[in-house]
Amino acid sequence: MDFSMNIDLIFRIAAVGILISILNAILKQTGRDELAMLTTLSGLVLVLVMVAREIVNLFNLIKTMFQF
Amino acid sequence: MEIIQIVIFCIIATIIIVMLKAHRPEIAVQASLAVGVIVFALIISRLSPIFDFIKIYTGKANINSQYIPVLIKIVGIAYITEFGAEVCRDAGENSIASKVEMAGKVLITILAVPIVTTLLELIIKIMP
Repeated sequence: MDFSMNIDLIFRIAAVGILISILNAILKQTGRDELAMLTTLSGLVLVLVMVAREIVNLFNLIKTMFQF
Repeated sequence: MEIIQIVIFCIIATIIIVMLKAHRPEIAVQASLAVGVIVFALIISRLSPIFDFIKIYTGKANINSQYIPVLIKIVGIAYITEFGAEVCRDAGENSIASKVEMAGKVLITILAVPIVTTLLELIIKIMP
């Protein structure tokens, strides 16, 4: 299995987290609290989509492996 | 040496997650979930030779082969349940984790009913 792709996913999640943190700090500083909340939410959904795809892969693998 | 790869991967992921946890705990939970999924997928694909080995030797020992898939299925349910419960527990939701474990136990018991039935019938047959 391709390992470099896997560690790529973790780095991508970390990058999204750091980016959202910075955006959140900037938007809070400029007084746009509702926009800061929206960026947090969108970052969460973005990461959730990335992780959900991996979970689907894993569950398909388990299904074939354990003969469900 | 796949174990070295996995350990280094987990250490790097742990460093990243600890870094993220201070500012964005919700994304840290997702990152740890992703690490779990990746390591799980890497290891579980290595499991098929073990299952082949079990099947070969149950065939040689004349054990009724209809019970082996049930056993493997039970192992699979146990793995998935453990995985889900650990994710919930890492995120601090102990009550949801115990519910996941309860669901796994119930489903395993349902799968084990045919095996237990044959055992009980054997015991009844032996009894005078």
